[in-house]
Formats: sequence, C-alpha cells, structure tokens
Amino acid sequence: MSEPLSIERSRPGLAPPRLPEAGVEALAKLPAGVARRHRPGLPRLSEPEIMRHYSRLAAMNYSISENFYPLGSCTMKYNPVLNEEAAALAGFAGLHPYQDESTVQGALALMWHLERALCEVAGVDRVTLQPAAGAHGEWTALRMIQAYHLARGEERTEVIVPDAAHGTNPASAALCGFKVVEVRSGRDGRVDVADLRAKLSPRVAALMLTNPNTLGLFERDILEMAAMVHAAGGKLYYDGANLNALMGICRPGDMGFDAVHMNLHKTFTTPHGGGGPGAGPVGVKADLVPFLPRPTVEREETDVFRLDFDRPRSIGRVRSFYGNFGMLVRAYTYILAMGGDGLTQASQDAVLSANYLRRRVEGLLEVPHAGPCMHEFVASARKLGEHGIRALDVAKGLLQRGFYAPTIYFPLIVPESMMVEPTETESKATLDEFVDALADIVREARENPEQLRREPTHLPVGRLDEVAAARQPILRWVSEGDPG
Amino acid sequence: MPYLVHSPDDRRQMLEAIGVGSMDELLVDIPGRLRLAHLALPAGLSELETMTQVGGLASRNRVYDDRLSFRGGGVYRRFIPAAVAAVTSKPEFYTAYTPYQPEASQGTLQAIFEFQSLIAELTAMDVANASLYDGATAVAEAAMMAVVQTGRHRVVVADYLHPEYLEVLRGYAEGRGFEVALGVDRLGEDSAALIFQQPNFLGLLEDPSGLTQSAHGAGALAIACVDPISLALLSAPGEYGADIAVGEGQQLGLAASYGGPHVGFIACRRDLTRRLPGRLIGQAHDGQGRRGYVLTLTAREQHIRREKATSNICTNHSLCALAASVYLTYMGPEGLRQVADVSFQRAHSIAARMSALPGVEAVFPERAFLNEFPVRVKNVEQLLSRLDAAGILGGLPAARWYPELDGVVIFCCTEVNDSAALDHLIAAMAQ
Repeated sequence: MSEPLSIERSRPGLAPPRLPEAGVEALAKLPAGVARRHRPGLPRLSEPEIMRHYSRLAAMNYSISENFYPLGSCTMKYNPVLNEEAAALAGFAGLHPYQDESTVQGALALMWHLERALCEVAGVDRVTLQPAAGAHGEWTALRMIQAYHLARGEERTEVIVPDAAHGTNPASAALCGFKVVEVRSGRDGRVDVADLRAKLSPRVAALMLTNPNTLGLFERDILEMAAMVHAAGGKLYYDGANLNALMGICRPGDMGFDAVHMNLHKTFTTPHGGGGPGAGPVGVKADLVPFLPRPTVEREETDVFRLDFDRPRSIGRVRSFYGNFGMLVRAYTYILAMGGDGLTQASQDAVLSANYLRRRVEGLLEVPHAGPCMHEFVASARKLGEHGIRALDVAKGLLQRGFYAPTIYFPLIVPESMMVEPTETESKATLDEFVDALADIVREARENPEQLRREPTHLPVGRLDEVAAARQPILRWVSEGDPG
Repeated sequence: MPYLVHSPDDRRQMLEAIGVGSMDELLVDIPGRLRLAHLALPAGLSELETMTQVGGLASRNRVYDDRLSFRGGGVYRRFIPAAVAAVTSKPEFYTAYTPYQPEASQGTLQAIFEFQSLIAELTAMDVANASLYDGATAVAEAAMMAVVQTGRHRVVVADYLHPEYLEVLRGYAEGRGFEVALGVDRLGEDSAALIFQQPNFLGLLEDPSGLTQSAHGAGALAIACVDPISLALLSAPGEYGADIAVGEGQQLGLAASYGGPHVGFIACRRDLTRRLPGRLIGQAHDGQGRRGYVLTLTAREQHIRREKATSNICTNHSLCALAASVYLTYMGPEGLRQVADVSFQRAHSIAARMSALPGVEAVFPERAFLNEFPVRVKNVEQLLSRLDAAGILGGLPAARWYPELDGVVIFCCTEVNDSAALDHLIAAMAQ
C-alpha cells in the first residue's frame, strides 16, 4: 500500500474549483513591482480525488481510536467525541478574538471556570490558559520565575534539572537564558537528595521536576526537596506531563511547587492531532500571580467577565490572543462530564492499570526499579541483547502485532528502555492482549531473532533508513512551478 | 462514569494479580499529609447535561454572520471547503500522536511532508518545517534563528508588525537575551535581522525588496511575516530574497475559534535548514526500496540535544497544518488566486465607496493595500455600535495599540463579504 504525493496526482488541465466572482467592477491594480512573478506549484485535484487521497493517508495511520497507544509520558487516552461536538459549536468556533467583551461572555465564563477547575486539581492560586503546548508552558513558567527573581533584585542564572527529565526541560531553561545544572538520580530511580543539596546555591532560580518522574515513580522526598529549594531562595517548577497519575489523589501545589504546567492534550483528553494542537496552561502560587501573561480573565460580579490587560508586572503575552481556545472548550467539557469524583477515579484506574501491566511485563522483560509505580513504568530490553535484539526491535515487533510501541530509549538513565503508560481507558482485556503480543516477541527474540529484526512486514513500509534520510535531506517535493 | 472502562470486578482482579489488597497500597510512596480527601469540583454530569451546560455558554456568545464581518487584525473569515473538516475529523488523523514509529504513521508523515512542500511553494523558499503554534511564536522563533546565525543581539522590527506578535517577540527576546529595536532606521552593523510584515497590520503594502536589501546591506537577515493567501498575488519572500518567511495560517481553512488553535509556519533558505526549530519530515526508503517519510534532522531537537537544541518545541500544530494542506490542495493555484483577487477587488470597491461618505477618509491615501485598509472616522465608538445594531462586526479600532491613530478603524474584506453585504455596510455607515 502506498499513496503518491498530491502533487504527483496533480493534473494541469483540470478546471479550478468554482468560487465566487468579485461582483464589483475590477478597477484595482497592484502597484508595479509587488506582484508575484511565478505561480506557486500547488497541486490541481478534483474534490473526489482529494478525499480519496486523504482517506488513503488516514488508512496508513495508527491512532488511539483504533487500539492501545502505550507511549509513556504521552498519556494517550480516549478522546471523547463529545469534546469535538462542543468545540465545533458555532457559539465558540465562530468567535473573532477581537469581538467586544460584552459579546463573548460565554467564552470568558468558560475560561474562568476552567481556570478554577485547574486550580483545584493542581492546588494553585491562578492559571494562565495561554501556552499552546507543554514545552510552551515550561518556558512560560520559567519566564515568570525569572521575572519574580529580577523583581526582588536577584539575578539567578541556574536551573536544576534531573538527568531523567524530559528533553524539553533543559531546552526551555536554555531558551530563557538559564544555565542548566543536572542533578543525578539515585539507585532507586529518584532524585539523589544529597546531590540536589550540593547543587543548590544562591545562583539557582528553580528546580524543574516531574512527579511522578519519568520512571513512573513518585518522588517520596518531595517535601524535603521543596523545603531545601525554598530555603535556598529558589522556586519549584512542576512538569505536568505525568499529572494523570495524581488527580484527586494529591496536588503539586501542596507538595510545594510554585508553578505547574498541565497538558490538556494528555490529562484532559483533548486529542493529540498527530502532534498538536495541544494546550499547556500554567498554574502558579500567589507570589508569581503578578507575573502571569496578560490578559487574564476576571469575574466582575456574578456572571460578568472581562479581560484584564492592566497588569504592569506581567511577562506579557506568550502567544497571540488567548490560547488554543478550541482545546480549552474540549477540556472543560471533559471536566464537566467527569466531575471531581470521575477525575479521581480516572487517576486511580490509571495507576491500577500501570501496576497490573507492570506486574505482568515483569515476567517477560527486566523492570529495573522496584514498584509500586504510578501511572507508567519503564522496562528494559537489555537482556534480549544476548539474542542481538534491541528495544527498537521489540517496538517494531509490537507494530507487527497490531499495537503501537511504547516510548523507547527514554529516559536516558535506563539502557534499552521502554516506557509504558496504559491510561485508564484501556480495558484489562486489551492489556492482556498487549502482554500476549510482548510474550510472543520475547519468544521470537529467542527462537528467531532474524525474523524479529525484519519486522514490521505488513505495514505500508518496512523499517526506513533514517540515517540516509538525514544525510541528504529531502524535505519537500520539487515541482516545475509555472510562470504566472 | 463516562470514558472509564474497568468494572468493579476488573479492579478487584487486577489488585489481586498485583498482589495488593487495596488501591492505597499502590499509593504508599505518597506522604500521608499530601493525600487529598476529595476534589472540590461538582459531581460529574450525564452527556445530555454536559452538553446543556456547554451549549448554554456557547449561546451566551454573539456570532456575527460571516458575510457581515469586516474585522481582521490577524484572524479572517474565509470560505472553508467542506472537504477540510471531512478530513480533519477523521479519527485516524486527530487521535494519532507525533509519528515516532514511521511504519505505523505514514499518513501523518506524508501529510506533513505535503504541508512543508505547499508552504515552501507558497513562500518560494527552499524549506519549510512541520508548522509552529501561531504567527506570533513563528516570528519569535525566526528572530532567534537570526540571532544564532549572525551572532548579533539586536533584532529590528519595521513599523506596524502585528502588535501581539511584537509583544510575544519582546518576551522571547527578554528571556533569550537579545534586544528588539523599532523602526527600520535602527538597522545597523549590530543587527541580526530586520522583521517586516507584508501586508502590515494596518493592511498597507510595504516595499519588501527594498527592506530586504536594507537588511542585507547591514549584514542582517530579512525576515518576512506574510499573509499566505496574499502570496497568490504578491511577490513571495523567496522572490525578493528574504532569508526566513513566517506567518499565520489561520486563513487556510481554520475557524476563527476566538483566536486558536491556528497554525504558524516558518520557511527558510536551504543553508539555514539546520537552524530551524521544531519538527521536520524527510523522505526515506525501506529495505525494499519503497518510499516513505520520517522525522528527520532530529539532532536539532530537544529530545536529543536537550539544552543545546535550536528550540524547546517538541510538537507542531499537525492537525491545523493538515487543514491548511487540504485547503491549499482544494484551491490549487488558480483557486487561491481567485480568492485573493476577489478579496482585493471587493476591498478596493468598498474602500472607494467609504471614502465617498461624509466624515470618512482614507488615512494613507498614497499607500497601496490588498484587502485590509485603515480609514479615519469622526467617532469610532458611535460608528461601531451603529454597525453592530445592523448586525455588522465593523472594523478594528487602531488606537488600542497606536494612540497616534485615534479615530482610525481597520476594515477587512474577503470573498465571504458578498455584494449585498457590502451594500448593507455602506448603507449602515451612511446613516
């Protein structure tokens, strides 16, 4: 199965789509010198051909709508179809961002109520809904922390990041001009508190932490760590990638975190869209509130809302308008449907499923760190190395057997790592089928490793040569273009 | 509870298999004083009740008829072919994730490769990435590319860049440690880039060739922030020698949606490819010689390079990019030109009719525009509320950002504003 590029299906003689005529006398002329010289090489296809093209592409995709997507730290849970219906309502989708506030009271009310719900889940005082993604949220939080320290006359230049952290953490810190200082993980897979103590100094602006961490383990010493960082004058930033483990169980704000980002596309079921759009709201404790991006949404009196731009200490906007509003509608719809009791049960089920799967996988692969885990766990394919099999081969074997693969080769501190996150929306039967597939792969690794290294064999393409692709990158089609 | 799949019996069986007696035994690592009694949120609702509540909020908003909307400022009403939603609502696309496993993600990968190609064609640049969050962050990312490329720490911004893009750029500059200077006359030997918008925020056409030459004369990069539909008519960044082209893709098939989600794009000269932020999709082959697509040049990215990455971006706005691809594929070169030209002609017709009204005058009569233009009126508030009463979303008051433009309203006109709508607008203004 393969599908040509749309440009390869293009037929130059095809009539363009029927569109309105100007209906006014065409008197206007572009000034000399500003007109385009060469027509862009866009394809010419009829609507039936376009629809078939994209249907065929869709058929080459794996998605959560089809089966289990065990990507660790990505929280691939079911995306309720009701969310889509809500976001498509004309009363939301049809709003211009520069309409008068009096005409968008429902939108502002939704944002205000969503902010309150997220405050409750995360244990913080205020939330900005502006950041477009998790990494954007990280950066926004660090900018606020930076502004906070500067406002106190302190120039703090370092941010501490654990060696197990998501790559976005150090990248976001660097983008804010901070020097990244790495803190070690101990043998139990948690931050080495002694190493953290050694790295703290008056230069440290913040500690960035994911809890549960990327091994799926709760940082038991979090209260001690928070006290240490605060005593050194630093702030604690919570990477919310793993918040799905904690809703209604405990809260980052209560642990001592000062800024918390949340991924609405993970914990709050907005779809991942093949890699976005998501949304990465950031919650903060009171002393960071003055630095929130503007505008904020304020309630004047019961049910009258306004945008507040008059925030002199704000770090300013972090994107245009008010955030990925359509994603906010979806997340709010989910929270309404679930309620406080439903969100709590969701996190409990996520933890239960991960521990169940962990226990079953233990019999097949090495699981280097002692449990219980929270919502995910990390296994290692290291021991299959004696058959010449790597984590990558196990991943491809899962594709061969109708599953997507876990996150592989992350976190970096576990060799041949496979990070598995089942979420609360996969049934026990599905998890059992996944274990059966993994057992079959381990068997094949021992009996016929050559075969496993050839997999997948039934998908549109086999293993692609990524090294060659990066050496001589082809990043676009090349069309003739035609003179305008 | 909605969306949860375990029965009480499943839960019991799973606890048993794990070898614990209760959920609490799985949560032993959490210090007792952190455990929450309950979330202070309302109880969950049925689907019917949920939709009643959400629908109630939607109905508290006023939705203007597309035909009677004349407000732009970065978000525009355009005709959206039905094919766009039909494709983006396919769960195979919207419920997939970043294509880490290429063999099982060829649909998303090829769609993004096509998006990169379409943007590169439209901007006449060598390379485009898999998309960014929005136009504002695309400007900021381009500025950071220029700072790294030139080793200089000042970015110069020409007049009337979208004020929100400017504000976002300032924030990134503050964090990353470079300066933002306003006005082309600030261009000098210390400038990393000149950023200009074509057409600018007021709708007026700039001289992109001249600005690009000025930038290059100072050894700075030229960064063009462009309206993608305008490129069917206007000279493309690659044609006038810009180094980086960025912009907002909302007009390419995306709803206004109170400002998002939309999609930013970024394209550049070939030799800047490895400085691009975010995802890039490249062509590859498998062992049997079959063509496929993969995430490529990942050595730029945060999951490999961590603090040395070109950017902290780890996703794109894939689904919005897909919408833009379907839109551009539907339109083709002639369709896109038709849309741009109809908007251009109608805007000039309505601008001329407005200027003939007493109390309305063009602000920069000597300047050319495309389909958005500023006019000066006697009383902005009175005019807009009169239009509002006639069901019209009038133009955007400029004084909110530019005090010197008091009394100025920026009107936009596209193919959705038909002749009857134009007549209605003029009649309401003439009252």
